[in-house]
Amino acid sequence: MALTNETIKERLITKFGDQLSRFEEPYGLLTFEAPRDLNLKVMQFLFDDEVLRFQFLTDLTAVHYPNLPGRELAVVYHLHNLVDNIRLRFKVFTAIAEPDIFTATQLYSSANWMERETFDFFGVNFVGHPNLKRILNVDEMEYFPMRKEFPLEDQTRIDKDDAMFGRGGTIAASRDYGEAVPDQGAPVGQAAPLNAPKPAQ
Amino acid sequence: MSVEHHIKLPEGSIEKTTTTLNMGPTHPATHGVFQNILELDGERIVSAEQTVGYIHRAFEKLAERRPLYQITTLTDRLNYCSSPINNMGWHLTCEKLLGVKTPKRVDYLRIIIMELSRISDHLICNSVVGVDSGAFTGFLYVMQYRELIYEIYEEICGSRLTTNIGRIGGFERNFTAAAFEKIEKFLAEYPGVLREFENLFTRNRIFMDRTIGAGPISAERALNYGFTGPNLRAAGVDYDVRVHSPYSSYEDFTFDIPVGKTGDCYDRYLVRNQEMWQSLEIIKEAYRKVQAFKGAEADVYHADAPAYYLPEKKDVYTKMEALIWHFKIVMGETEIPPGEVYYSVEGGNGELGFYLISDGGRTPYRLHFRRPCFIYYQAYSELTKGAMLSDAVIVMSSLNLIAGEMDA
Amino acid sequence: MSRPVRFNINPIKADIKDNISLADTPEGYTGQGFFATSMSSVVGLARKNSLWPLPFATSCCGIEFMATMASHYDLARFGAERLGFTPRQCDLLMVMGTIAKKMGPILKQVYLQMAEPRWVMAVGACASSGGIFDTYSVLQGIDQVIPVDVYVPGCPPRPEAILDGFIRIQDLVGQEELRRRNSDQYKNLLQSYGIQ
Repeated sequence: MALTNETIKERLITKFGDQLSRFEEPYGLLTFEAPRDLNLKVMQFLFDDEVLRFQFLTDLTAVHYPNLPGRELAVVYHLHNLVDNIRLRFKVFTAIAEPDIFTATQLYSSANWMERETFDFFGVNFVGHPNLKRILNVDEMEYFPMRKEFPLEDQTRIDKDDAMFGRGGTIAASRDYGEAVPDQGAPVGQAAPLNAPKPAQ
Repeated sequence: MSVEHHIKLPEGSIEKTTTTLNMGPTHPATHGVFQNILELDGERIVSAEQTVGYIHRAFEKLAERRPLYQITTLTDRLNYCSSPINNMGWHLTCEKLLGVKTPKRVDYLRIIIMELSRISDHLICNSVVGVDSGAFTGFLYVMQYRELIYEIYEEICGSRLTTNIGRIGGFERNFTAAAFEKIEKFLAEYPGVLREFENLFTRNRIFMDRTIGAGPISAERALNYGFTGPNLRAAGVDYDVRVHSPYSSYEDFTFDIPVGKTGDCYDRYLVRNQEMWQSLEIIKEAYRKVQAFKGAEADVYHADAPAYYLPEKKDVYTKMEALIWHFKIVMGETEIPPGEVYYSVEGGNGELGFYLISDGGRTPYRLHFRRPCFIYYQAYSELTKGAMLSDAVIVMSSLNLIAGEMDA
Repeated sequence: MSRPVRFNINPIKADIKDNISLADTPEGYTGQGFFATSMSSVVGLARKNSLWPLPFATSCCGIEFMATMASHYDLARFGAERLGFTPRQCDLLMVMGTIAKKMGPILKQVYLQMAEPRWVMAVGACASSGGIFDTYSVLQGIDQVIPVDVYVPGCPPRPEAILDGFIRIQDLVGQEELRRRNSDQYKNLLQSYGIQ
């Protein structure tokens, strides 16, 4: 008998009762929510159970919902049962003031960098992670860029025409052209190069 | 895995502490920018620590600002050796979210393009393994056929490398006669070139000595590390997204999944090589199927989804609805239904996944790329433990690490 | 390899009889057994036809560079036969691909390790100005950290465009004054980047 979403849901509810909530199947993928203290227990159960056998962690990421107070950060796990070819997704929500989630690195080695990436982008603190530091951004960065309140662009740019992009500023003031002196290295007949722009902070 | 430098070596070793070697972000052997700090005991590697992020371009944050069509250009630059696969994967994700069904001819044309780009990706990987072990000639032989693949892309979308090919629901234009001629030329000439390439490497004594036993991984460890794609198949697990969750009518095709045994560099080379042969078979079959469409069906190159696919210009000038659709698509104001979808395709490196959460606005609320390179590069320290320094180089190039996909 | 190339519908038949490409001699005064010209033109001629590039390939433009280096477009025709990966031995730093802020100090260090005379070519939109990535993590153009001689636009630029950029570098190299690197103008340029 093939493993179906209903079977998975029944077994999960049998084991965890009503601690798991919001079972739904968007586009055919079983999705549910677990309380944040149980994330490891749920994953361990899904790994060890002889019927469920979800032993491949496909993806681990987070989403920031600034409009849900107390549940701003959602860590989303995508698991895959390679033998029966079924996927599943579950989420744990936590408040942004205490973003502590237990790490999954003991169970899945692939979670190591995925959790570092989630920490780097959202600031989720994975308790028990062997090496939780930034992975993709510069180590000195002080904020978590994927959170909704932070902008996309670099705020220290001085050479971009803010006025043309609707961000205030005036077109003339954004560049300092200075004196254009012909450089002996430039081939005769070409325009003289401008002075070098001010280096970025 | 934070590594301490200058680890004290046990009694009886040649050195007292290990030497720290920085295979830094700029290195001829790292094809792309990632850094490895190796602790060496003579030539043997005691431990390795990786640093990535030297080309982090904030794709996920950029995607929250762009409507669906503008995200295709971001997906190009993930695994840029096989951009059409990324583009198609993104379009398939959007089609799943939007509920667009593509006609068969579109699926078969997509398969031709995706398999061509898979060949192109594997060609780079295999020839670069050769370059890193000192054999430059194979690379030059196969680059000529990569140029032919680029010309095929050019016929369809205009660009060679970062293709932005296809649209939600199909292609931007029908394949021209010149495109089909070039595909036929490829199918006729490429097998000879691949055989020549195989002659240079597969039973070459030096190549075998360099690659057999370099960086092996067992199937359990590979699965635990989240390996997918040719690296996982070289370890013995026959997981291929095209077979397990078929997309774009792959279920209509029969092809083998080559599987290795030990997961070392030689197995990875052989798996990729064999996959290129399988891709060639798929392209032949898809081409036959495409040529079998006759009459009006032979002109179909996109789905009938005017809300997401630009209507014909003559309709835009004469019909009101077409004008509205055109305006909305170009301004990026199409309504995306709220929902979340995870879709994956078999990229050149493995399962490339797109996790898209939409809140009904014109841009995604959250888009996350499940990038295979990022996930399996973690295993590099385990793969090179106890290996020699030259093996470290070969392992890195045989894993096919593409920096754009790693850092996104 | 004759194949129906889309753009070249009426190709010109190549005329190879007695058609050898020669390098032009510089202007000078010639006589019986001697040729007098300026030192800078001779040195420039020698340098420009034997540039040793350092390919600093980070992303997609790097793959187009690999295509340029391969036999179809062949950078070696222009004298760039020997690619070096160590800055100590190279003349031309070709920066190909996006430079993130994390990579900026490394790029600057590689530039500092090169010996004079050195030239820099920014290949691609990302190296010239940040390209399509106007984000918090991407350096908006390598001319924020090092002085650049030639910019090659494109995303990625076609191999012909990279070759065109290389030819313009050759023009710059061929016409450079011998004393340029010691001049005040150049020293001020480096000062403005914080390079002594």
